[in-house]
Amino acid sequence: MSFLTLEGLSARLKGTDHRLLRKVSLSVAAGEVRGLVGESGAGKSMIGKAILGILPRSVEIVAGSIVLDGVDLQSLSPRERRRKIGASCALIPQDPLTALNPSRRIAPQITDRLVDILGWDRKRAEDRALELLGEVHIAEPERVLRSYPHELSGGMRQRILIASAFAAEPKLIVADEPTTALDVTVQKQILKLIGEMQRRHGTALLFVTHDLGVVSKVCQTLSVLYGGMVVEDSDVRSFFAAPGHAYSRALLAASPKYTDPDGSLTPVPDAVIEAVRQEVAAADRTWSHG
Amino acid sequence: MQIFRTLLLRLATTAVTLVGAAVIVFFVIRVVPGNPIAMMLPPGATEDDIRRLTALYGFDKSIPEQFVIWAGGVLSGDFGMSITARQPVLDLVLGRLPATLELSLMALVIAVFIGGVSALTGTRERGTRIEAAIDVSNGMALSVPDFLWGLILVLVFGVAFPIFHISGRITPSLDLPFSTDFYLIESVIRLRFDLWLDLVSHMLLPALALAIPLAAIISQLLKQSLKETMHLDYVTLSRTKGYGETHVITREALPNAILPTLTLVGVQFTFLIGGTVIIERLFSYEGLGNMAIDAVINRDLPLIQGIVLLFALIFTGVNLAVDLLYAVLNPRLRHA
Repeated sequence: MSFLTLEGLSARLKGTDHRLLRKVSLSVAAGEVRGLVGESGAGKSMIGKAILGILPRSVEIVAGSIVLDGVDLQSLSPRERRRKIGASCALIPQDPLTALNPSRRIAPQITDRLVDILGWDRKRAEDRALELLGEVHIAEPERVLRSYPHELSGGMRQRILIASAFAAEPKLIVADEPTTALDVTVQKQILKLIGEMQRRHGTALLFVTHDLGVVSKVCQTLSVLYGGMVVEDSDVRSFFAAPGHAYSRALLAASPKYTDPDGSLTPVPDAVIEAVRQEVAAADRTWSHG
Repeated sequence: MQIFRTLLLRLATTAVTLVGAAVIVFFVIRVVPGNPIAMMLPPGATEDDIRRLTALYGFDKSIPEQFVIWAGGVLSGDFGMSITARQPVLDLVLGRLPATLELSLMALVIAVFIGGVSALTGTRERGTRIEAAIDVSNGMALSVPDFLWGLILVLVFGVAFPIFHISGRITPSLDLPFSTDFYLIESVIRLRFDLWLDLVSHMLLPALALAIPLAAIISQLLKQSLKETMHLDYVTLSRTKGYGETHVITREALPNAILPTLTLVGVQFTFLIGGTVIIERLFSYEGLGNMAIDAVINRDLPLIQGIVLLFALIFTGVNLAVDLLYAVLNPRLRHA
C-alpha cells in the first residue's frame, strides 16, 4: 500500500482563474524514491509544498485529496494536520545557506521537532542528533552541534539539513532540489549521501528536480510535469529506455549529456511545447464541464 | 573578547561626546541674550549691587575663563550652585533624575509592549483586516506628536472621564516613607501598593503620551521585518516540523527580525527622553525636564549646564547599552 496518494489535486492562485496544479494524481509507496520532474514553473515544487502543508497563503487547493498514511489531510484540523505532517514527513530544502536559522545553534535546530512535537526528552534527542551527524559523515559532531550556521560551510550545512530531515524517522521525505544551490563537486557527494541515508532508513523519497540525470541515478519512478499537470508517470528504467510522451522525449533530448559535455544543447522544440499546451488546455475544458 | 574591545572603544567616544556637549552648551547659553543677574535682582537695585552679584557668580570674567573654572569644578565633582535655588546643582539634578528615569522607562515598557504585541498580531494576521486596522492606527499614532497626545489624554482621561491624575507625581497629602527618589520602585519594594497605585495613576497619562508614537514606530518596523523573515527558508522548514504560526513567529522569526527594531528603539528612546521636557511640563510632573524649563526661564546657567550634561550622559549610555545588547543577540557580530 502506498504511503502517500495524491488524487486529482488541483490548486489555483486565490481568487483568480490561474491554475497552478491540474488534477495531479500520484502515489509514493513505502521506501519508494519518486522523481518529480519538470521545467521551472511546472508545479513540481508546488506539489511538495502542498504535501508538507507549506503552500503560500496566496495558493488554495480547490479539488482533490492528499492521503498520508491512510488519512486524508484535508479532513484534519490545521493543528492535527501540522502534527501529522511533522511526525511522519520531512523536507530537505533547496538552499542550505538560508534554511538554517542564523541566530540559533545547530543542536536545537535538529532536536526541536523531537522534543516539542514527538515529546522526547532532551538528552535522548541530543544523543540522536550526535548519532545522525555521524551518519552524514560529519567529523567533530559535538563541536558542530554547538556552532552557529555561519560558522559552517554550505556542504556541511546541507549535511546537517539531511541529518535533521531523518531525525524523526519520517516515512516520507520531500527533497526540493537539494543539490541545485551547491557546486558540482559537492552535488555528487550530497546526492550519494541522500541515497545512502534513504536506503539505510528505508524512507520514501519524493525528489523534486529539473535534472533528469539526477533522476536516473537516484529514483525508481518518476512523474513528468508540465503546466501543473502530470504528463507522464513511469518507472525510471522504462522511461529512459523509451519515454512515452512526446514532451518527455524532448525533455530527455534537451538534457546535457555527461558523456558528451561538448555537444550542443537541444532546446525542447516549439511544436512539442505547443502540443503539450493544447493538451493542458483541452484538459481544462473537459474539467470545467465536469 | 570582541565585546570588551567594543566596550572600551565606545567608552572613549562617550567621553569625547560629553566634552563636546559640555563645551557647546556652555558657550551657547552665554551667547543667547538674557542675564541671570538681572533676573535675580529686585527692580530698584543699584549699579553697585549688580556689580557685586555679578562678581560673586564669576560672570565678570571672560567666557573662556568661566569655562575653565566650571570644567575644573565638574572634574572634581562640583557642578556649581544653582542661582535660583541656591543649592548645589548636583543635588538638585540627582534629586529629579529618578522621577524622569521612572517616567521614561515606564513609557518605554508601554511602547515596547504595545508595539511588540501589535507587530506580532499584525504578522500573524497578515493580509487581513486586522493588519489593515493596525496599519491605520500606527499611521494615526505617528501623525500626532507626543505633546498633542498629552493634551488629548488630559482631555479624555482627566477632564471628560476623570479616571487618572493629570498633575504632579504623587498626591501631595500622602505620607511618604521613601528614602530614595525612586518612588515607583521603592513603593514595590516596601510593598506599599496603595502608594504604587497613586504613582502609576499620576504617571500613566504622561507615560502613555510619550509611548504612543514610539509604540507605532516599533509596531511598523518590527512587523515589516517579521513579514520579510516569514518568507525565509528556515521559517518554512520550521513549519514542516509541525509548529504552528505563533511558535514560528516568536521562536524562529522574531530573534532575527528584532535586530533593526532594537537599533531604532535605542535612537528613539533618546528622543523619548527629550520629549519628557515638554510632557513633564504639561503634566506638572516634578522631573528633570520640568526643572530644565524653569532653569531656562530663570537663566539659571549652572543648572542648565548640569541638566544638559546629564541628558548627554543618559543618551550616550542608552546608545552604548543598545550596541552591547545587539552584540549579545546577534551571534554573527559576536565572533566577527
